[in-house]
Amino acid sequence: MTTTSQGLPSDRDFAPRLALRKRLGFLFGVLSTLAIVIGLLTLGTLIADVVRDGWHVLSWDFLTSFPSRRPEQAGIRSALVGTFYILVLVALIAFPLGVAAAIYLEEFAPKSRLTAIIEINISNLAAVPSIVYGLLGLGVFVRTFMLGRSLIAGALTLSLLVLPIIIVAAREALRAVPPSIREAGLALGASRWQTVRHFVLPAALPGILTGTILALARAIGETAPLITIGALTYVAFTPKSLFDPFTVLPIQIFNWISRPQPAFHERAAGAIIVLLAVLLLFNGLAIALRARLQRRIRF
Amino acid sequence: MTTEPMPAVEAPSIDRRAWVERILTGRQRVDRVRQVRESAILGLLFLAALVSVATTIGIVYTLALETFHFFQHVSIVDFLTDTQWTPLFTEKHYGIWPLLTATIVVSTIAMLVALPLGLLAAIGLSEYASPRLAATVKPILEILAGVPTVVYGYFALLFVTPLLQRFIPQLEVFNALSAGLVMGIMILPLVASLSEDAMRAVPQSLREGAYALGATKLEVVWRVVVPSSLSGIVAAFILAVSRAVGETMIVAIAMGQVPRFTLNPLVAMETMTAYIVQVSLGDTPHGTIEYQTIFAVGTTLFVITMVLNLLSYRFLKRFREVYE
Repeated sequence: MTTTSQGLPSDRDFAPRLALRKRLGFLFGVLSTLAIVIGLLTLGTLIADVVRDGWHVLSWDFLTSFPSRRPEQAGIRSALVGTFYILVLVALIAFPLGVAAAIYLEEFAPKSRLTAIIEINISNLAAVPSIVYGLLGLGVFVRTFMLGRSLIAGALTLSLLVLPIIIVAAREALRAVPPSIREAGLALGASRWQTVRHFVLPAALPGILTGTILALARAIGETAPLITIGALTYVAFTPKSLFDPFTVLPIQIFNWISRPQPAFHERAAGAIIVLLAVLLLFNGLAIALRARLQRRIRF
Repeated sequence: MTTEPMPAVEAPSIDRRAWVERILTGRQRVDRVRQVRESAILGLLFLAALVSVATTIGIVYTLALETFHFFQHVSIVDFLTDTQWTPLFTEKHYGIWPLLTATIVVSTIAMLVALPLGLLAAIGLSEYASPRLAATVKPILEILAGVPTVVYGYFALLFVTPLLQRFIPQLEVFNALSAGLVMGIMILPLVASLSEDAMRAVPQSLREGAYALGATKLEVVWRVVVPSSLSGIVAAFILAVSRAVGETMIVAIAMGQVPRFTLNPLVAMETMTAYIVQVSLGDTPHGTIEYQTIFAVGTTLFVITMVLNLLSYRFLKRFREVYE
């Protein structure tokens, strides 16, 4: 800082150079817009690339054929069925567990050390790499419980993986229900559980479902933990029971990408289109649910 | 209450008294049943909440057990100092460094993409874009985070690598560069969304104060908003690093399976996660040393990400203490 002989700021310190500073600011705005555009552009390129590579393999036969060594005959039947089973099983396991845990933490848990531990633990689990859950599944479900490389072992592993997501979403939904609803329930003579069951839970349900759908979308896109528990990459049958081997769409895609022949890469692109379409459906469902919720209930 | 009934009121008949009594005891029974049922339900809810704790215990137990067996065969000094990783060859070396350097190289490239772009995007969304535009763009940007990683692997191997090979002819088919670039784009929404949350939490009065002093928008952003939300932004950055270190499918597909001790991003390397995938794809029998290696590598991975997560959590907590 230039100062005058008296130690006071001189006029030069107040030179605003406003035009330059504003131009810099504008430049920076352009830069930050560019960052967003790069993200969106990559997303667009990725989708365009996959569609260009895989569009022509899409057919009814592609959906209903088993994988094959001959690429032109290979389809995603076993993967599609496996993904569907995994989806249903994870929903059946993780949804009740996650909602129950959320209700406990949000509505009943005392302010204790144990509660604090559970809460920190959940936020930590959400950031554990998915492949570590695979190692957990391998050690516990596949080996210790001796479930083998089965559908149920995969479903249990993925359930644990998405559980923190469901719990966090469900807690947020429960927290959004105003206390007055609970007080009204209690004032009518309902017990705490009856209040939760008949007043709070129905009000929070759309929010909980939205979170659960997004968690399920995550589960059907996961590859690494299922590879780690030993899900087979080449399965030319559909599982008949919970204890049968299985494959899912992401694993089938991985298998086809790993092969050198370009014809298999096209099959992989086709399967990616199917997978992305399923995920888009899920996300659409979640958005629709959220919109409905915002319209219907206003506290 | 008097025992004598009032003259005007007829004394309750025996039947009526029994009726009242029945209701009262019935009420009590209902209360008791309700109480028992409620505590049972509460117990079940509590057990569900404990599943998450059990999961952590399960992870630590599984990893620790097999890692313990592993270190009965391999000295921990070799594991931490040897620069060769060849458990699947006849001449076996168990040095974690090749896997670690590969992880570091690819994560660094990813961060060089995700951190500046993510921060810029966050500033754009929180400070420059109108709320309506931000509300439209943000969900689209978040689709990037929802795309399965196996799809990014496809994109890196079959689109980005051929594209880059036009400019860098010596680029191998499997390399850390494409994997890192694509991973960076994948992590961008995480950085953007968490940093934006942090910047939105900065009180409006701070911005207004700076404007009143004659600052331009850029100066408000860089000298007020970013410094005020720095802990939150740092927390986002650390979480992004943790995500990059644990990312699996992109590197397993696009980076190859050659455990090589190098920092050159143009050649094939194998990260910790890719090694676990490689062994899992083979049929490695339980109890062998190859089987135990993936748990030793998994433990290393788990410890690194755990430290990063806890660090991020601390920064976030510090940030929250200031403004919330």
